[in-house]
Amino acid sequence: MRNTRRFPLAVLGAGVLVALTACGGKEDTAGAAGPIRVEATDTACTVSANKAGAGNLTFEVTNKGTKVTEFYLYAEGDRIMGEVENIAPGLNRKLIVEVADAGKYQAACKPGMTGNGIRTDFTVTGGAPKQGDTNALKAQATKSYADYVANNAAALEEGTTKFVNAVKAGKVDEAKTAYASTRVFYERIEPVAEKFGDLDPAIDAREADVEEGKQFTGFHRLEKDLWKSGLQPDSGAIADKLLTDVKDLIGKTKGLQLTALDLANGAKELLDEVATKKISGEEETFSHTDLWDFQANVDGSKAAINALRPILQQNDAALLATLDKEFGNVQKQLDEQRSGDGFRSYTELAKDKVKQFASAVDALSEPLSKVAEVVSR
Amino acid sequence: MTPQTGTDDGAVSRRRLFGLAGAGAALAGAGVAAGIGIDRLGGENTAQAAVTTVDFHGAHQAGIVTPTQQNLHFAALNVTTKDRAKLVKLLRTWTEAARRMTAGQEVVANGAIGGGAEAPPGDTGEALDLPASSLTLTVGFGPSLFDDRFGLAAKRPEQLIDLPLFPKDKLDPARGGGDLCVQACANDPQVAVHAVRNLVRLGFGVTEVRWSQLGFGRSSSTSRTQTTPRNLFGFKDGTNNIKAEDTDVLREQVWADAADGQPWMAGGTYLVARRIRMHIETWDRERLTGQEEIIGRKKGDGAALGQAAEFDPVDLHVGGKDGKPLIPEDSHIRLASHETLNGARILRRGYNFVDGSDGVGHLEAGLFFLAFNRDSRRQFVPMQQALSTKDAMMEYIQHTGSAHFAIPPGVSEKGYWGEGLFG
Repeated sequence: MRNTRRFPLAVLGAGVLVALTACGGKEDTAGAAGPIRVEATDTACTVSANKAGAGNLTFEVTNKGTKVTEFYLYAEGDRIMGEVENIAPGLNRKLIVEVADAGKYQAACKPGMTGNGIRTDFTVTGGAPKQGDTNALKAQATKSYADYVANNAAALEEGTTKFVNAVKAGKVDEAKTAYASTRVFYERIEPVAEKFGDLDPAIDAREADVEEGKQFTGFHRLEKDLWKSGLQPDSGAIADKLLTDVKDLIGKTKGLQLTALDLANGAKELLDEVATKKISGEEETFSHTDLWDFQANVDGSKAAINALRPILQQNDAALLATLDKEFGNVQKQLDEQRSGDGFRSYTELAKDKVKQFASAVDALSEPLSKVAEVVSR
Repeated sequence: MTPQTGTDDGAVSRRRLFGLAGAGAALAGAGVAAGIGIDRLGGENTAQAAVTTVDFHGAHQAGIVTPTQQNLHFAALNVTTKDRAKLVKLLRTWTEAARRMTAGQEVVANGAIGGGAEAPPGDTGEALDLPASSLTLTVGFGPSLFDDRFGLAAKRPEQLIDLPLFPKDKLDPARGGGDLCVQACANDPQVAVHAVRNLVRLGFGVTEVRWSQLGFGRSSSTSRTQTTPRNLFGFKDGTNNIKAEDTDVLREQVWADAADGQPWMAGGTYLVARRIRMHIETWDRERLTGQEEIIGRKKGDGAALGQAAEFDPVDLHVGGKDGKPLIPEDSHIRLASHETLNGARILRRGYNFVDGSDGVGHLEAGLFFLAFNRDSRRQFVPMQQALSTKDAMMEYIQHTGSAHFAIPPGVSEKGYWGEGLFG
């Protein structure tokens, strides 16, 4: 498991598809002409200017009322551009907000922190013209990757069902076989799964990561039961919960709307996962099936890059060639460790082999980290 | 005070011995003397650069609110004897040695070359030409010292807990714990190493080194006279640290009081040491805005997100597009903020380290976290609990060593380290 904030996915249904251009903001104070003073009282919201040039705008909000207040800058359609909450009476607070586009905005004070607020029209002039939201290549990339996520999610549900049934039937060998091959589908789409804060730890937390006072659940709890402590009285209940959580997660991924930048960052994060968790053998403490996860992370990363391929080809063909070569090198090394339908145990890896893997992953991760910028051009 | 000149040969400073003594003008400032500065910060702060001797004596030990020096050598030791008298004797010997070394003198009179030709030199010699370099030596007592060996169980402060295991800890027993600790800070690494080495040498038969850590660059400032340094993530670290000038905050959050339970700890504090490995390779692949969101500050000037300058107060209630907080819910400064932690603060005094390589092609780099607080149960522990479970930075770091020490109060001119505990 890992934290999720760096893979910001807009949830469909929330309505707003985040345009890529919104992520490439530069520091620019050219349009700002000193702080705009806002005097908030219980009944009024006095803004010292009603227009400004595009750029970084600084509002200095003073609460001269008796109620705790908030200050907002809204774009058309009540889209929040910036806000500062919890301004106690007598306090002076600052809001610096980047407004890149000219247009009609509204400043609002909310005494008592409720309701629509006391609004003032605010005009921003100058700035870049609005870019078109759609770029055919990017749309194609996200569509293609969404299909990949959907396919793996379906396979994850199917695999988890079999795995859970084997656990509940006490069929240890069968469950062990299903364990690694099922986790592959999770590991491939991990950056997407991680979006859902509570579900990822419930499904994928390692024992060492579990918060004090919280139950150790999910795949790794069953891994421990199967390989180390033997099935426990509550293994069946844990298995049921795992399936429920996996289904819940899959339901949620269906509403996701990804951006091309999300794909690029996800591709990089999957290799970070390999570098810090799989190469060290920390992910699969009991089953030592780390190489399965390693392969799955590489698969997921490659799938994202493949989806972005036309954009990369257009913007930086040399980078794409490097990525192909380095993906090939990592894959060659993984192939050397194949055994039967899967991979050798992590414990069979010699120290110098681990080092070779680390070196190949570094060689791939470095160019991979450049993809986001190339995609955002 | 001027550089120590003394009356007997043994009190002559190492530099004076070699004819290098500087005439430095006395500086204003508590317990600080001046000489020739070798501080690398000379260009930006001449007052600080000139400081070379920090007074060893005082109500509190030096090396806590002393403006953080550039280099660290930290050692944790086991006591190998069960003889309390031997331990007390060593603490007296160490105190005398520390008085001398912090004044820029050799560990004993006629140390490196002035003794008999057939005797091993009393001082190891590697600091012979070097000034005191703002050396401070700070001693602490670990929880294990209060077992049944020395009859100290009843004097164990309730604040000196065995630190819990936090989520994602990957602690190496060979890098944690210890009956005693010695923190040596100096503006010359050789001076810090010399000091620890000579104390260790004096301790043979009574103590042995359990683990030790070098730090090559300060990652916190403890005084408003200092600029905020950067850690190995490239970010300013410790902007909101407790500073020597914040006397009220120090009284409330750092210095123990007799009423806290153990009168011998009055004027002391508690030190948490954590060796934090930083996965700098993956960090370096993170895009700039991602790095800034993880920390909660701008990389350039260190301003908190949503603010304009480094020392503008952090405002956790500012939101950006779509109302999402500019300082994200899982950002480091939000989770470590005293606003989030019911007012709890700590005084950080950490150092950057690079301990060679990790064997798989990466630098074994990180931050050796040192923090002083009045009650780790109410300050460090809840903070680390929040960070270890929620901090986005946990993807890039791993705690590999952990130790906790009671830092007794300062030493009087005639006193010795731990006098209140053993006396």
